[in-house]
Amino acid sequence: MTAAMVKRGFLHLVLLLGLAISIFPFYWLFVMASNTTGDIFKYPPKLTIGSQLLVNMRNMLDAIDFWGSFLNSLFVAVVTAVLVVFFDSLAAFVFAKFEFPGKKPLFVILLATFMVPAQLSVVPQFVVMAHLGWVGSFKALIIPAMVNAYGIFLARQYAEGAISADLLEAARIDGAGFFRLYWNVAVPVLRPIMSFLGIFTFITMWNDYLWPLIVMTNPQKLTLQVALAQLNSLNATDYSMVMAGTLLAAVPLIIVFLFGARQFIADLAAGAVKG
Amino acid sequence: MATTQVPLTTGEPVLVQPGQTTRPKRFREYLPLYVAISPFYIVFAIFGIFPIAFSLYLAFHAWDGIGPMKYVGLGQFRYLLSDGDFWHSILVTLEIWVISTIPMLFFAMIIAVLLNSNVRGRTFYRIAYFIPNITSLVAIAIIFGSVFANSFGLSNAFLQAIGVGQISWLSDPWGIKVAIATMVVWRWTGYNAIIYLAGLQAIPGDVYEAARIDGASAIQTFFRVTVPMMRPIILFTVITSTIGGMQIFAEAQVLVGDTGGPGKAGLTMVLYLYQQAFTNSDFGYGSAIGWGLFVILILFSAINWRLVQGRSGR
Repeated sequence: MTAAMVKRGFLHLVLLLGLAISIFPFYWLFVMASNTTGDIFKYPPKLTIGSQLLVNMRNMLDAIDFWGSFLNSLFVAVVTAVLVVFFDSLAAFVFAKFEFPGKKPLFVILLATFMVPAQLSVVPQFVVMAHLGWVGSFKALIIPAMVNAYGIFLARQYAEGAISADLLEAARIDGAGFFRLYWNVAVPVLRPIMSFLGIFTFITMWNDYLWPLIVMTNPQKLTLQVALAQLNSLNATDYSMVMAGTLLAAVPLIIVFLFGARQFIADLAAGAVKG
Repeated sequence: MATTQVPLTTGEPVLVQPGQTTRPKRFREYLPLYVAISPFYIVFAIFGIFPIAFSLYLAFHAWDGIGPMKYVGLGQFRYLLSDGDFWHSILVTLEIWVISTIPMLFFAMIIAVLLNSNVRGRTFYRIAYFIPNITSLVAIAIIFGSVFANSFGLSNAFLQAIGVGQISWLSDPWGIKVAIATMVVWRWTGYNAIIYLAGLQAIPGDVYEAARIDGASAIQTFFRVTVPMMRPIILFTVITSTIGGMQIFAEAQVLVGDTGGPGKAGLTMVLYLYQQAFTNSDFGYGSAIGWGLFVILILFSAINWRLVQGRSGR
């Protein structure tokens, strides 16, 4: 009895330690963003939340167009997520529930694209964008990302089991065309995997850095991550201000994420274990 | 990854009934299907296949992105093989990969095993451990950059408090690598723990029961039962960490800048590619580095693949 309790206590101790390590950087970010740079960089540093948060935020908002780039990121992430959800689920529905000439080779090609590393083509992709006149435009971020093999593969796996063949056949006999089948039969059933893909794409696009850094040369259209990196490299001495920007850039996403976190994490793990 | 467990439904419904329709009508019935899947192939052709072919073409040329291209044959590749900075960037990438992946997967397994022991608050822990993974790399690099700052960072305040003295993390080659690896470990341990946990939960209870009846200790059970059954999952995490590790960029670039910092200790392969192509405007050489990166990725994938083939006896 006591041995079991000791074991249980020890188990929680280790888990709580891990928890503290996971959460501490956020606390420390909040501490830095709410104190003056001098207070953080003295010895011993101030370890508690201070009163300068609004001052630091105001300085940061004067230094960069924070809300402008915030909206840019929001726009790019939302539009891409909506497109990915639509195109991926549509293709997944086709691969899961229909037979047509060339289906197998087309699916093999889709799987093969998993192996192509994105970095290999970063230079020529930039050249393609330059030729299309898309450098500095949101199109350069959205269009290449608007449909992907990972999502199609995941949603197809889900669709195979979830969409009832009888229901499809019944709807077809009622005279439903392909798009009606997708919209009325597939979409209601695919909703869970579609919301997973939407959240996943939103987070990926929101956090993306290398490609926006290369291609978003227009200062009016910087995404939040690029603006934040610029703030950091240009104001290395005013830490508190940089931290205020970092806080405002990182925390809203996390708060929103917490609402759907439970289901999202379960889906992510299931996708990895099954795949 | 896509080896077996994918449950394939047999007898997929053939919604288009052959025989009852004439040929032109059949094509009209297939057409919406092709239209529905076409976006992926169009996007991949324009932004995937074409750039790759073009990057091969570029790698045989000298080009600054604006002026005329000049054919240089294998010149870029010859230069690549003799370029000390390129080899250095491979070494840097591998070093960071090793010192991040090993602790990351080790801690992830420990957390997963602990969470699998019917502990209370499992859902809460899973979410809390996962939060670092959705945090942006730029934000992480800024936060950890301040923690590892040379004389005033939190880590140095701590080291000073316990009497060890200060470490100039960001001036020291290993300090820089440790700082980058720390970010990777912090961001990805929870993610991997959640994957491992899902794998552990899929192991049927009677397997453990059998081990217990045979008198196996907890450690024996872990290494003789859990690890073998988890092999595909462990491999999945090793592959994803390898692909991720070869592509480290934001952590290094935000922490030490385009040059890679003192001693170029943070000059990862992708950072070097970025630096050559976009700060030095050397598109041809940037493409050649891209191909070098590709070869290394293939090499690593082949090693990973061999490990599965060889060990699982399939």
